[in-house]
Amino acid sequence: MSPEAAHQQSHSPSRPAGGPASPLVIHDLTVAYQRKPVVWDIDYETQAGKLIAIVGPNGAGKSTLIKAALNLVPRISGEVLFFGEPYKRVRHRVAYVPQRTTVDWDFPVSALDVVAMGLYREIGWFRPVTRRYREQALAALERVAMQDFARRQISQLSGGQQQRVFLARALAQNAELYLMDEPFAGVDAATEQAIIGVLRELRSSGQTVIVVHHDLQTVSEYFDDVLMMNMRLIAAGPVGTVLTAENLRRTYGGKLSLIDQVSQKMAEQHR
Amino acid sequence: MSLPGASPLFAAISFASYNTRVVLLGASLLGLAAGVIGTFLLLRKKALIGDVVGHCALPGIAVAFLVIERTSPGAGKNLPALLVGATCAGLLGAQTVSLIKLFTRVDNDTSLAVVLSVFYGAGVALLSVVQRLASGSSAGLKDFLNGQTAAIVSQDVWIFSGASLAIVLVTGLLFKEFTLLCFDEDFARTRGLPTRALDIALTLLATAVSVVGMQTVGLLLVTAILVTPPASARFWTNDIRVMALLAGLTGVVSAAAGVIASAARERLPAGPMIVLCGGALFVFSLLFGRERGVIWLWAIHRRERLRNDRTDLLRSLYESVEANPQSARPSKDGAIRAVIPRDHIEPLRTWSSRRLNRALGACIRDGILGRTSDGSIALTQTAIEEGARIVRNRKLWELYLQQFADVSAASIDRNRDLLDHALDPALVRQLESALGESPRV
Repeated sequence: MSPEAAHQQSHSPSRPAGGPASPLVIHDLTVAYQRKPVVWDIDYETQAGKLIAIVGPNGAGKSTLIKAALNLVPRISGEVLFFGEPYKRVRHRVAYVPQRTTVDWDFPVSALDVVAMGLYREIGWFRPVTRRYREQALAALERVAMQDFARRQISQLSGGQQQRVFLARALAQNAELYLMDEPFAGVDAATEQAIIGVLRELRSSGQTVIVVHHDLQTVSEYFDDVLMMNMRLIAAGPVGTVLTAENLRRTYGGKLSLIDQVSQKMAEQHR
Repeated sequence: MSLPGASPLFAAISFASYNTRVVLLGASLLGLAAGVIGTFLLLRKKALIGDVVGHCALPGIAVAFLVIERTSPGAGKNLPALLVGATCAGLLGAQTVSLIKLFTRVDNDTSLAVVLSVFYGAGVALLSVVQRLASGSSAGLKDFLNGQTAAIVSQDVWIFSGASLAIVLVTGLLFKEFTLLCFDEDFARTRGLPTRALDIALTLLATAVSVVGMQTVGLLLVTAILVTPPASARFWTNDIRVMALLAGLTGVVSAAAGVIASAARERLPAGPMIVLCGGALFVFSLLFGRERGVIWLWAIHRRERLRNDRTDLLRSLYESVEANPQSARPSKDGAIRAVIPRDHIEPLRTWSSRRLNRALGACIRDGILGRTSDGSIALTQTAIEEGARIVRNRKLWELYLQQFADVSAASIDRNRDLLDHALDPALVRQLESALGESPRV
């Protein structure tokens, strides 16, 4: 871990004795594809009840970090604890929203069918999706204002509507920690507002949400905390103290012309 | 034969012979199982797994035969043992493809091609060894290559029927798990589903269908009964449950039709007939399928194009009226507002005269345009109003883009025509409220 990162973090990554366990503790996590590291030695601890953004340039390992935490990609080293336990034992408390582009939206199912997939574990093996679960799924669709599209085949939805269906599938699980991979990528303004509304709702009921985010301009508006990474952890903590021009430059290297724009925006907000 | 077809056809349809009835039952159940499991193969983009299993099973069959001949000479053609050999080799081949994909950077279709041809080559080589043994019982092995439905004895059919029903039952029980596996494997894993085990189960079921199907349609054609029915079903529905049902049904119908056709004509093999019937159903679905058939899509496309042409025509006429004040010639009864000579319809010069005539004809039939005695186009009040509305919408949008999206006038222009068709009343209302109560356009 780099000394700066240690400095920026409010807690040490070990579990505090006694009190409730943090929703997500990542310790020494390293992931490599074809022997090339993409996530290197990340230490991080999430505080409960926050909206957290993971930012970094393309290929910085943001999605990989989430996938490795959920055991979707093999780790080289490291330990990840959700609520103080390994993922296998607390699956029901953690919900995952994959990137929209990872699935084939031409698949012959309806929006309601997709949301019901979030309930399969609850329904159990060999049992059909009964009316009770369909109603639960519909309630989740209502939370993202998509109830009118429940019977629509998913290919007939717009990109933003598809993203909201994915979000509803996670909401149907009634989890306490939500991990979302680029939910704001390529969505319309209405969807962005609907999603951010849901995120705030989750926060006010004490849930924690971690979002891979690509739009630096909205980080300070939407999120409480930010995790900045570029293979390594650059900085993590409250948006106000961590999202500095210096950290942005170290995260994005020389590649970012937006830096000036964003720092100006932040200066305006501090005024 | 003096009466080709007629009486055997009747015999086949009336299921006169016990053997035909039995074969018909077995083949239909196989078609059902293949259609249902094939639905998931298709959606998992593993349509060729049947091909791999079919080709790879051949060395398994040959080895099983050789082993049995060794232990008890003359008993080589023991069907259950041969099927076990076929299943093992088929699974081995399918898993080899998966492993190559997992651990190397070889393309999927390359590894498919390599594995199935190498296994098949080994099978052909082993088969020649089998034949050199000159055991009388080896003759039946050729049936696996081309399928020999008629040669199936009723005892075998009960094995096939039982296996097919078991396959359908297992698929039904795992329907929702297979659906999630095919749609979103990563999510399935986060929910704790054993995706690898499910994937192997799916491959196992497909292997079972292939091995059972080999005797009927031959190992080279077995992929057809797995893939064609679900591919046909997809044209009719957007619901995976209906798709599986339709695919099963299509499988039953093509299998039954194939068996009947082959029973009706001597020397007509059932396997290829089953595949051809499935192919015919596929072509029919491709053309007429309610959800994605090309004829429906074409009809929808045509309706849309006609509507768009009407929009373009009315806008163009309105602009011509605006540009030439002398064209305004209100008729006495007030029904006609303006008259434009046909060759003055300015912006539509790129249209073919056929296209123009069709759009004009549609509007004239609607009664919003008229044709004068000299062939000029007369615009009614309705036509003028509609044209004005289209032009206003376009200006609203340009204003909106300039004010809110900071888009330069040049880039607006390029997309103008597309926009006219996209602006429905709801969007226009949104535009109006964004631009204030009464925007000046």
